[in-house]
Amino acid sequence: MNAATFDSVIKIVYLVSTALFIFSLRWMSDPKTARRGVIAGVAAMAAAFAGTIIKPSILGENLHFVALAVILGFIVGIPLSRVPLTAVPQRTALSHAFGGLAAGLVGTAKFYHWYLDAPAELTHFRMFAIIAEIILGYLTFTGSLMAAGKLQEVRFIPQRPVTYRGQNEMNLTLFSVAVTLGVLLVIMPWAGWALYAFPVIIGLSLLFGVLLTIPIGGADMPTVIALLNSYAGLSAVFMGFVLDNPLLVTAGALDGSSGLILAIIMCKAMNRSFANVLFGAFGQVQQTASSGEHKVYKPETIEGAAQILEQAGSVVIIPGYGMAVAQAQHKVRELYEQLRKRGATVKFAVHPVAGRMPGHMNVLLAEAEIPYEDLVGMEDINPDMPQCDVALVIGANDVVNPAARTEKASPIYGMPIIDADKARTVFAIKRSKNPGFAGIDNELYFAPQTFMLFGDAKNVVGELGKQLAGGALGH
Amino acid sequence: MMTKKFALLAPPCAMVLAAPPAFAETGHPAGGQDFIGLLFVFMLATFIGLMVISRVSRLLHTPLMSLTNAISAISVVGALLVASEQDYPFYITVLGSVALFCSMTNIVSGFLITDRMLKMFKTGKERSR
Repeated sequence: MNAATFDSVIKIVYLVSTALFIFSLRWMSDPKTARRGVIAGVAAMAAAFAGTIIKPSILGENLHFVALAVILGFIVGIPLSRVPLTAVPQRTALSHAFGGLAAGLVGTAKFYHWYLDAPAELTHFRMFAIIAEIILGYLTFTGSLMAAGKLQEVRFIPQRPVTYRGQNEMNLTLFSVAVTLGVLLVIMPWAGWALYAFPVIIGLSLLFGVLLTIPIGGADMPTVIALLNSYAGLSAVFMGFVLDNPLLVTAGALDGSSGLILAIIMCKAMNRSFANVLFGAFGQVQQTASSGEHKVYKPETIEGAAQILEQAGSVVIIPGYGMAVAQAQHKVRELYEQLRKRGATVKFAVHPVAGRMPGHMNVLLAEAEIPYEDLVGMEDINPDMPQCDVALVIGANDVVNPAARTEKASPIYGMPIIDADKARTVFAIKRSKNPGFAGIDNELYFAPQTFMLFGDAKNVVGELGKQLAGGALGH
Repeated sequence: MMTKKFALLAPPCAMVLAAPPAFAETGHPAGGQDFIGLLFVFMLATFIGLMVISRVSRLLHTPLMSLTNAISAISVVGALLVASEQDYPFYITVLGSVALFCSMTNIVSGFLITDRMLKMFKTGKERSR
């Protein structure tokens, strides 16, 4: 086979790989076909890998480096795929960091190689692509590391947003310096000072990634992870521009648009703009303008709650991240089964921001073996809430706070919520009397139809399940 | 409102604003690169991505993100090209190998964890079987 034919074969393999990637995402539209999507993705990646490695110039003296990197990738990758599902957000952030670093390093390598050995190859367009690739790549790297650290609650990374005067101005200044240097490099890729300007851009991008993430609080992490996902994809697109490779451009664009859509969904679910998430430092301790009036919780006993649940024809369970923190999923499943046995319809109302990354709550509930047809989205459950006998709120707070509808001064005003307050009876399980993640008081807990069950979610739900099971024996 | 919208996409917007000089190919050879073709691919792939992703089941947004993680590790192609080219100096081989390691980690863990999560999504009928 001559060189030209060989080249065409590689390109056709890449073309097949591209199509398989699109199918892979297409099949994610339904849980029934989703696993086929993974197979398509693996096949696409295998084709891309094989198509690259059959190049004759590859697999020369550097084979041991390549083999070592691949083996290490497996050694690190396999344990990373076995993390508990509560740790999936951290793992995801960490893999965005890896993706960003990979893009940054390839861009750096290509720049130095072309600059020092083949300046004719270093066109304006390629320089532009390299600059975009390394800025996005390195800022995704450090930004995602910070996000992963915050989610993992690493000790020396502050959980609460870190803010100071002139923070946004300083960030924008740093970013503008990096972009200005980048533009100058694009105009004069062969300038003598390029060798020095390039590391400065790398340093600024790394720093910018950190500075962009530290003012962002835990409640906004889902949006930030989605946005960093998008940036990791975009950096792969620019790598495709650098390497003249449409496969990289397509796969990167698919990832970039996915991250963007998820970030938009998260923002809409919180009624916030991207700017507000990135620069708003939400989740600081609020100076709540307390109305001064003394509000009293109405506590209820497990027995009392179980009796009401026994009579209920329809129950909606509204889980929040507190449920996962308390490891209560399996007890929730037992309760779900007991209620179903008694002929009640039981649905789970899942708010888009429930959990710590997009869709997190669905995965946590699926792990607890709750059938996915009973996991209902916010828009679909809300019309049915007035017909609901009992709403059981487990570890959720802001997503059921009616202040989002009425209280103009509230930081969550305008956020779409699950209408738990429209149910005939509401039980809310709460560990303590402190306010939730966003630091806001919740009117729902003081509503006439609401009764509080104080205690650890796992114990309370477990006891409820036991009571219902015991009652069944008594009949 | 406009300023807010801009801030959201500050990094990518800045890239786009920085683009014009990239197309001012003067003085030096273009290296025979069809960059307009690549921009077309980028635009079309983004449209396809937006359409395909907006149809993804909301139940599966977490697996979607780990799947796209694995897909964006397509940078493995670039890392392989850089790491394995024997004419490159040693330090470039090292940079490429680290990039290759990062991409391989994402491929392996991304696909495995996606499949692990998807296995958990079952209907009531499938469970009672």
